[in-house]
Amino acid sequence: MAVGLAPELNAEELRDFRRLAGFMVPASAEYGVPGADDDTIFADIVASLGRDRDFVGEALLLLRQSAAGDYAGLDEAKAEDLAMTLLGGESPAITALGRAVLQCYYRDDRVMRSLGIEPQAPFPKGRVLEQGDWSLLDPVRGRPRMWRDIDGAGT
Amino acid sequence: MSAGTNPDNSRPTDEIVDVLIIGAGASGAAVAWSLADTRMKILCLEQGDWIKPTDFPTNGRDWEARRYADFDISPNRRGRDTDYPVNDDNSIMKIANFNGVGGGTVLFTAHYPRMHPSDFRVRTLDGVADDWPIDYWTLEPYFAENDRMTGVAGLAGDPAYPPHQPNLPPVPLGRTGTRYAQAVNKLGWHWWPSDIAIATTEYDGRGKCINLNHCTPGCAQGAKGGVDVTYWPHAMRNRVELRTRCRVREITTNEHGMAAGAVYYDANGVERFQPAEIVILAANGVGTPRLLLNSASARFPAGLANSSGLVGRNLMLHPWPMVFGYVEEEMDGDRGPQTVMWSKEFYETDPARNFVRGYTLQFTRGTGPANEAITSMAAGRLHWGRDHHRVYRTLHYHRLLIGVACEDLPEAHNRVTLDPVLKDGHGVPAPKIDYTISENTRRMMEHGIARASEILEAAGAKNISCSRTALNYPGHLLGTARMGLDPERSVVNEWGRCHDVKNLFIVDGSIWVTSSGVNPTSTIQALGLYIADSIKQRLGNLFD
Repeated sequence: MAVGLAPELNAEELRDFRRLAGFMVPASAEYGVPGADDDTIFADIVASLGRDRDFVGEALLLLRQSAAGDYAGLDEAKAEDLAMTLLGGESPAITALGRAVLQCYYRDDRVMRSLGIEPQAPFPKGRVLEQGDWSLLDPVRGRPRMWRDIDGAGT
Repeated sequence: MSAGTNPDNSRPTDEIVDVLIIGAGASGAAVAWSLADTRMKILCLEQGDWIKPTDFPTNGRDWEARRYADFDISPNRRGRDTDYPVNDDNSIMKIANFNGVGGGTVLFTAHYPRMHPSDFRVRTLDGVADDWPIDYWTLEPYFAENDRMTGVAGLAGDPAYPPHQPNLPPVPLGRTGTRYAQAVNKLGWHWWPSDIAIATTEYDGRGKCINLNHCTPGCAQGAKGGVDVTYWPHAMRNRVELRTRCRVREITTNEHGMAAGAVYYDANGVERFQPAEIVILAANGVGTPRLLLNSASARFPAGLANSSGLVGRNLMLHPWPMVFGYVEEEMDGDRGPQTVMWSKEFYETDPARNFVRGYTLQFTRGTGPANEAITSMAAGRLHWGRDHHRVYRTLHYHRLLIGVACEDLPEAHNRVTLDPVLKDGHGVPAPKIDYTISENTRRMMEHGIARASEILEAAGAKNISCSRTALNYPGHLLGTARMGLDPERSVVNEWGRCHDVKNLFIVDGSIWVTSSGVNPTSTIQALGLYIADSIKQRLGNLFD
C-alpha cells in the first residue's frame, strides 16, 4: 500500500493556512524567533505536508466555514479567535495540522539557535552524553536477591 | 514425503531448498545464522527491503519528521509498498512493526531485558494463564549466545535477575539517569542500568554509539543491535540466501499434510512457488497468524496448523502507560539512547496488591525538539499562540519519562483474524485486530502510574501527566500461536514444531505462552536459537 501524493493546496487554502500558522506559533522578539508564517518556514511546511495533506485540507475547510468563507479578510482579533477555537478542537485533522507545523518550525536554523541547538543533522557528528553519577548504584548493589527461583536451578 | 509439490503448475517453481524461513526479523535472522552451520540450503524470503545506513532519518535535518512518515512505527501511517495494512480499529492499542531486513529491530529502542525465571511459571506461582513448557534455565545458554552475537551494554550484579554478564559497558546514566537514580534511592526502591542492545564500544565491526538521538527511527551509525547489522552479515557469509521484496501469500501442503513450500510474489510482482523440506515461520505475532489463516485449504479448513483453534488467539500487546514530568534543570533531552535504566521493584507478584503479576518501570531521556512540541501539544502541556515559546522552553530538555511495561495475560478474545475487506498491495487479506485490556492489567497500569508519579515527584518534577495508551503502542506482538505440550491447547510443541504439520516451525513472538513484563526481543531471539538447536539435534528424525 503506497502512500499517494495528494494534490497541492490551492491559493485560497495557502493564504488561510499562512495566516493560521502565524497565530499557531507567532514570531517573538523576546525569544528572537520568527513565526510559523515566516517565508522560509511556511514554505517548508507546505512542501512537507506529505501524508497529512488531506487532514490539513480538512482543517482549513473547517476554518473557512467558521469564517463564513473569508478567513483571510477577517480583522486580526476575529481571525485569532477563530484560529484558537479551531485549534482547541480534538480530531485527527487538528492533530495532523499541528504536527505539520511543528515538525518544520522546530528544525529551522533560527529557531534551533534560539534554543541553543546546533542546526545540523544528528549524524555523523553525534552528541556528547556525560556519564552521570554511578556511585548512586551502591545502595542497590547490596540488596538481597529479588527474583523468584521456582525451578531451583539458579542457586 | 513429497515436499516441493507445486499446487498450481501455472506459476514458476524455484529450486527446492532444505529450509525456507519466512521473515528476516529478530527471530528469522537468529535461526538462519544458527542453522547455517548444518550446511543445509537455507533461503529466507522477506517482504521488505534492506535499509542502508544512509537511508536512516538521522542523516538529515528532517529526521524527526520522518518518524511520522516513512519511518513511522505504524504500518498504516508508514504505508510503504512493502507494508501490509492492519485493521486495528477495534483495538485500544495500535499495531507497530517494521517490514524489512531486521524487522522490528530496525525501529526498536534496543531495550533488551531477558524474561525472568518466574515468567515461565505463571500458573504454578500465581494461578493464572499457563506455565511455559520450557523454563529460564533451558534458555539461559541461548540468552548468553544471543548477547554475544548482538553486543549488549549493561552491568552485572542486578539483584532482580539471575547472574549474567552483559558484554559491553553500560550506556551512560547522564543527567537524566542521575536524577532518576537520586529519586529512586530516596524511595528505597530497586533500579539498575538497563541491558541495552547498543554498542557502547566498537563491537563486531560496528561503530560505537555516538548519541545521535533516540534509537527508534533507526541507527545511522550502526551501533544499535538490529539483526540487519548483527546476525544477517554472519548468516549470509555462511551462505544463507536472503531474498528481499518477496511477500509470501500462503504456505501450501502436500498429500501427506506436510508443508510443501510457499507461494510468494517476487520483487517484480510475479507469483512464484518456493518448495522446501522445512518451513520456518518468523513473521511475529500478527504476520504469522495472518499467514497461517491465509493458508487454509481443504485439509486445513480453519487455517494451517489450527486444529486447536488457537491460531490468532491470545494476542498480547503489552499495555504501556507513559508518565511524564518536567524539572527546572536541563536534562539529557535527545542526547543519547532513549533508555537509561529499569526498576524491578514491582515486577514480582505481591498478594497485598489487587492484581497478579507485575511490571517493569523503564526510565527514559527526553526527546528531540520537534517531537517534544508535537507530543506535548497532543497532551495539552503546550499551547498555541502567544504563550507558546515561554511554555516550550520549560519542556524541551526538561523532560523525565517513565514507561510502565505491564504484563497482559492471554485472553482468547484478544485475537488476529482476517479482515473480510482490507487487502495488501498483492490482494492478500489483511489482518484484523480485536483487543481489549483486562481488569487485572488495568489495575496493574494504575498501580504503575502511581508509583512512577511518586518517583517523578521525588525527582522534583512538576507538570506530571500520563498517557495511558494514546501515544504509545510498543509493537510487542505476542501469543497468537502458543507453545505447549497439549495439541488441543497449543499450536507448537516445546521446541517450536507445529503439532499439526511436522515440518512447519514457528520461532517468533507468536509462540509465547504469556507476555512477561519486559521488552521481548532478547527472549524471542534466545527462543529462536533454542529452536534452531533443537532442529539440529533432531535432524535424523525431525518429522517423527
